[in-house]
Amino acid sequence: MTGGTRRNPVLASLSLLTAAALYGLPFLQIAPNRLVSGQPIYFGTVAPVADYLLHVLLLLLLLLLLVSTLACFFKPTRVCLYASLLTAALAIPGVVWLAASQASLSLQSESPIARALLGSAFWVALVLLSLTASSALQQLRASALQFALVCAALVWAVGLLLASGVCDDLSLMKEYANRADSFGQVIARHVQIVLLALTCTLALGLPLGWAAHAQPKASGALLSVLNIIQTIPSIALFGLLMAPLALLAASLPVLSRAGISGVGLAPAVIALTLYGLLPVVRGTLAGLQQVPSAMVQAARALGLTHFQTLVYIELPLALPVLLGGVRTAAASSVGLAAVTALIGAGGLGSVLFEGLFANAQDLVLLGVLPIIALGVVVNALFNFAIVLARRRVRPW
Amino acid sequence: MVTNSRLLWVALTLVALVMLLPHSAPLFSAAFPRLERPVYTQEPFAWLLWQHIVLVSASSLFSVVVGSAIGMWVTRPSGQHFKPLLESMLAISQAFPPVAVLALSVPVVGFGELPALVALALYGLLPVVQGTVSGLQGVPAAQRQAALSLGLTSRQCLRYIDIPLALPVWLSGVRTSVIINIGTAAIASTVGAKTLGSPIIVGLSGFNTAYVLQGAVLVALLAVMVDMLFEKLARRIA
Repeated sequence: MTGGTRRNPVLASLSLLTAAALYGLPFLQIAPNRLVSGQPIYFGTVAPVADYLLHVLLLLLLLLLLVSTLACFFKPTRVCLYASLLTAALAIPGVVWLAASQASLSLQSESPIARALLGSAFWVALVLLSLTASSALQQLRASALQFALVCAALVWAVGLLLASGVCDDLSLMKEYANRADSFGQVIARHVQIVLLALTCTLALGLPLGWAAHAQPKASGALLSVLNIIQTIPSIALFGLLMAPLALLAASLPVLSRAGISGVGLAPAVIALTLYGLLPVVRGTLAGLQQVPSAMVQAARALGLTHFQTLVYIELPLALPVLLGGVRTAAASSVGLAAVTALIGAGGLGSVLFEGLFANAQDLVLLGVLPIIALGVVVNALFNFAIVLARRRVRPW
Repeated sequence: MVTNSRLLWVALTLVALVMLLPHSAPLFSAAFPRLERPVYTQEPFAWLLWQHIVLVSASSLFSVVVGSAIGMWVTRPSGQHFKPLLESMLAISQAFPPVAVLALSVPVVGFGELPALVALALYGLLPVVQGTVSGLQGVPAAQRQAALSLGLTSRQCLRYIDIPLALPVWLSGVRTSVIINIGTAAIASTVGAKTLGSPIIVGLSGFNTAYVLQGAVLVALLAVMVDMLFEKLARRIA
């Protein structure tokens, strides 16, 4: 055994780093208005001002986390691991709550346009605590379902805090309140761009992947063309599509009446479709190639037509690998759709770039956080679908 | 041979365009008659190309050195406990689009070249780490054991067995990292870095399609050229 007898320092180092971040970096920043950078407030100095009880509870929780992770290092029993998991998971909503209540208290003595920005200690601690919880789960050899349950509980707890209005004094929530009416539409637009592009990618990519499988000679050329498209930076691809589309719309009034022009939805969807083609074609090809040829021959010998073989034998067997390609395409288009805001397609990228150009940090975050959440959700959905597809192929 | 001549053509086209674009005003004013200034002249294209290359090289150098070190550390016995942690971090960070990293580094380091450099270096880490880890993991255990039983020290084993065998997968990780960085560097002109993306961003905000086209063609050619260079390198290694 090279590793089994070694002590596992992961949890202990994560919790030590959490403590270091909380005491070394600013926890909150109080700025006189939304565009100016503010005065830092450190976690250590939070106590005299903030909700005293909350701060003491959180300190106890962090102490407990340190003790249990150190215990895990010296004697990794399940009890220690459970204690680490529980304290880390409780500390996540705790840190959010403390930041929110400190923000409310600090703003009482400031002007109404003053802002409370979440500091780097807050974000680093949040990430490290999540990693602690997930490492503890990994060391406990938790199942995917248990992982999902812990995630759901944490999302529910933080969501409850956000919904309760405790956090309304944070600058991030103020930015959200400013555009609460239109925020749903912005997210819907983002999802619309991604779904339209994904539909087009599938409509083109699945037949192309099948054709590449049927004609191995042509597949090399197809893949190298798709690889060149993938290589072209997103913003350049939008730019390259703008001029021809504008020209088309100018010469064919039918197109411009249908809403197609050099800027907006059309170039965004076309570019995202082109980007998605490589992973989808590659996934389809790889999926079809790994279907045992004996299966196909057996199906043909039983009298199935080419089409029936494809639908009943090849596609179900290729599905897990194929879905992996679709997952890559979908997840990357969630991120790329942010860039399409630069060519006027809207979506969450428009919030992001508005914040960037106005130097309003929390507006940037308001754009970025939902993009990341969407990416995580898309990834999880496809992973779930892949597990289901595998189970169908091999029910045993 | 085919890739060689293709690479040469792409490189020549890029150089020719950089030289000729400043003199192409008649062409663009014919194509876009409504534009007053049809050719981007705020900075010379050659300088923008140079800036772009410097930005990408500096950040990629960091990503490659640090990323390979992290990747090697978690595949050694001393760092192996951190491998599951690193894997979950990589999985989470894949949900981060490059634009987000760029936008979030602005409040930390301010506007200009620096946030671009930081964002590119950080974002470029992921594919390198992934390439290093999967490259080293792909080395057959039997080969390592054979080498160790022949009396090689574990350092020699790393040098003569692990690294050469992991090199192709590692290189493909580096390739992905550099290509992503070329694209992100173009978007970095939104945070104040002067790159080949500047004509695109200036053109987009000023409704000047000619600027957009000029910047887009140059960035695309640069990315394709670098990708071909890596293709050539990959063939040489294999």
